[in-house]
Amino acid sequence: MAKTRTPPEFILERDDYKCIRCLVCVRVCSYGANFYDEKENRVYTENSKCVGCHFCEAVCPTEAITVKRNKFDIKPSAHWTSEELFDVIKQAETGGILLTSMGNDKPQFNYFDRLVLNASQVTNPSIDPLREPMEIRTYLGKKDAYLEIFEENESQVILKTEVSQQLKLEIPVMFSAMSYGSISLNAIKSLARAAETMGTFFNTGEGGLHKDLKRFGKNMIVQCASGRFGVDIDYLNSGAAVEIKIGQGAKPGIGGHLPGEKVTEAISETRMIPVGTDAISPAPHHDIYSIEDLRQLIFAIKEATRYKKPVGVKIAAVHNVAAIASGIVRAGADFVTIDGIRGGTGATPKITRDHVGIPIEFAIAVVDQRLREEGIRHMASVVVAGGIRKSADVVKAIALGADAVYIGTTALVSLGCHLCQRCYLGKCNWGIATQDPKLVKRLNPEIGARRASNLLKAWTLEIKEILGGMGINAIESLRGNREVLRGVGLNERELQILGIKAAGEAW
Amino acid sequence: MVRIDAGGLHYKVLNEKIWEAVDSGEKEIVLDNVCGQRYIGAGIKSRDIKIEINGVPGNDLGAFMDGPTIIVNSNCQDGTGNTMNDGKIIINGDCGDILGFSMRGGQIYVKGNAGYRVGIHMKSYKDNFPVLVIGGFVRDFLGEYMAGGILIVLGLEKDRDGKVIGNFVKTGMHGGEIFIRGEIEERQIGEKTEDLLATEEDLLRIEPYVKEYCELFKYDYAEIMNEKFYKLKPLTHRPYGRLYAY
Repeated sequence: MAKTRTPPEFILERDDYKCIRCLVCVRVCSYGANFYDEKENRVYTENSKCVGCHFCEAVCPTEAITVKRNKFDIKPSAHWTSEELFDVIKQAETGGILLTSMGNDKPQFNYFDRLVLNASQVTNPSIDPLREPMEIRTYLGKKDAYLEIFEENESQVILKTEVSQQLKLEIPVMFSAMSYGSISLNAIKSLARAAETMGTFFNTGEGGLHKDLKRFGKNMIVQCASGRFGVDIDYLNSGAAVEIKIGQGAKPGIGGHLPGEKVTEAISETRMIPVGTDAISPAPHHDIYSIEDLRQLIFAIKEATRYKKPVGVKIAAVHNVAAIASGIVRAGADFVTIDGIRGGTGATPKITRDHVGIPIEFAIAVVDQRLREEGIRHMASVVVAGGIRKSADVVKAIALGADAVYIGTTALVSLGCHLCQRCYLGKCNWGIATQDPKLVKRLNPEIGARRASNLLKAWTLEIKEILGGMGINAIESLRGNREVLRGVGLNERELQILGIKAAGEAW
Repeated sequence: MVRIDAGGLHYKVLNEKIWEAVDSGEKEIVLDNVCGQRYIGAGIKSRDIKIEINGVPGNDLGAFMDGPTIIVNSNCQDGTGNTMNDGKIIINGDCGDILGFSMRGGQIYVKGNAGYRVGIHMKSYKDNFPVLVIGGFVRDFLGEYMAGGILIVLGLEKDRDGKVIGNFVKTGMHGGEIFIRGEIEERQIGEKTEDLLATEEDLLRIEPYVKEYCELFKYDYAEIMNEKFYKLKPLTHRPYGRLYAY
């Protein structure tokens, strides 16, 4: 059988009356979807090449372009969607693993939207955040169970306990680990500047450190993953904290690799591998086969950095996440990062992204519960990621028991991303998930930084508003406060695992 | 030169003493009565520092190290040279598992044998070129994911079954070279052995390292080289190249 002609996913409609033949849409499309017919003096689109990134639509000066989803559908079947059909066709033609990007796009994994928050009415006054101070500053790191104080005389006391290193966050939202390579330098610079402005942190991912980012050290978390790319002692010392990456929500249990063609001169420098070679991150760290081994790496990093940096461990949310998190805390991590099934990525097999792991909401609840039961919740902070889209998600995550959240996809959306899920092609028209200098230039790091900062500013206002409405004036009082949550449309077992009551149930 | 008595010290205390010595400009540090203390030399960055260890150092010796020379006058444990960037580690005895894991530069010489998972994911970059020389035999998973550098197993001592390497050698290897002196079997390395004999030219590349090994541990170079060497190299530089549907 010949190659099946699959219908295009998107249809680009061009209003010929509005089109002024400026050809900007032809020039900008990195996928080459738009073309100009000189003889007819008309602009056409090869719809099968369109990925639905909406860039040409955004830059068309006369609003002549509308990108629409192709209504094409197969005979209705509850079992077979067109996505399933086309996936089979693609595999029949290539014999390869289906590749995709960004986070899980299936509807069944969202629980945040089925949680509702409380507010004060009559019996307890709400607080107006514009009039009264509202504290959302958060410290990440090990909190001591008690402090030993030495009283020198009546007027002077000295703290004898050596307090653990802490990360100070002005807003409990950080930018997730995204490596230089998976996203462009301008995208990272945007996030780095925004983190600096807003008093929070960005994460280098496994891509090593570009020299332009060194000056953002005090707002940077450096990652040490299984490939150890770009990891040397200067790298470990250059950030405010180190994060050991064990797993990622979009691809739990598997490693990653940057194909050789994407290892350009600049990328080779930060990853410290020769130009054009595959950068392969094995699935496990081959020096970590147990919690004891993990402890060994945590303390190797602590020793090498002379105990000046908090060390965190990032894992994907999997079935046994609570016990694993407990092990990580006992292994000496200062913070545990948990990434849920909706977490994003630059490239992952579709089967892993869509079918492996658990929703972050459950993971937060069971980890917080387990750490409390074992009396070790204070020994490490819990940072969560994987599907945080808005400040309401942040508030709900913290109420379930998180200390702070990471945002990845949401941060990229603030920079222009339209979620076309083609990061793995490296042709991002928005200048985010690409290394093509012409495309990267489209993202101005100054404007990007302003947009990402604006997002966090807006969230700060919203979080304070919501806290005030609940009569809470510090984020500390929200953490693990599941009484402020109620579930809608959840079954009893789900409510029980989340540790919340159903909507309508009183205290 | 400064001598530190490591007897009974926790690794944190011992390593802090080493840091203090380094900070005060000491170039030669001798550690006595070392007994399993971990992370010795971890993260030290300087080419002219020499640490001599009397006793058995613990895991992760020289982890993230960048430049110093460490001489161990006995055996050492697991994780030696983990993610090390530069420097030299000389071990006058046997070595545990995960030796030279992810090392990017520098040299490690082991007089005796080494354990499992040796040289996993070694890689080279520009001037950084990791070299790992083991005098005796090694266990399974040698050179897994190897991406660069040179790994040499001299097989001067053989294991109980008369073997110099274990099974599952070079799985996922995509760069670098492994040299093995002595007999190997197809099932250990996953490919036919006939065409893998090292050439004169190949042996010239390892000459300086084998000579250094002989000098360090008093062996006769000519005698060692008077035996056949196998050279293992990656089957492909792109092990994942054809896995995906684009």
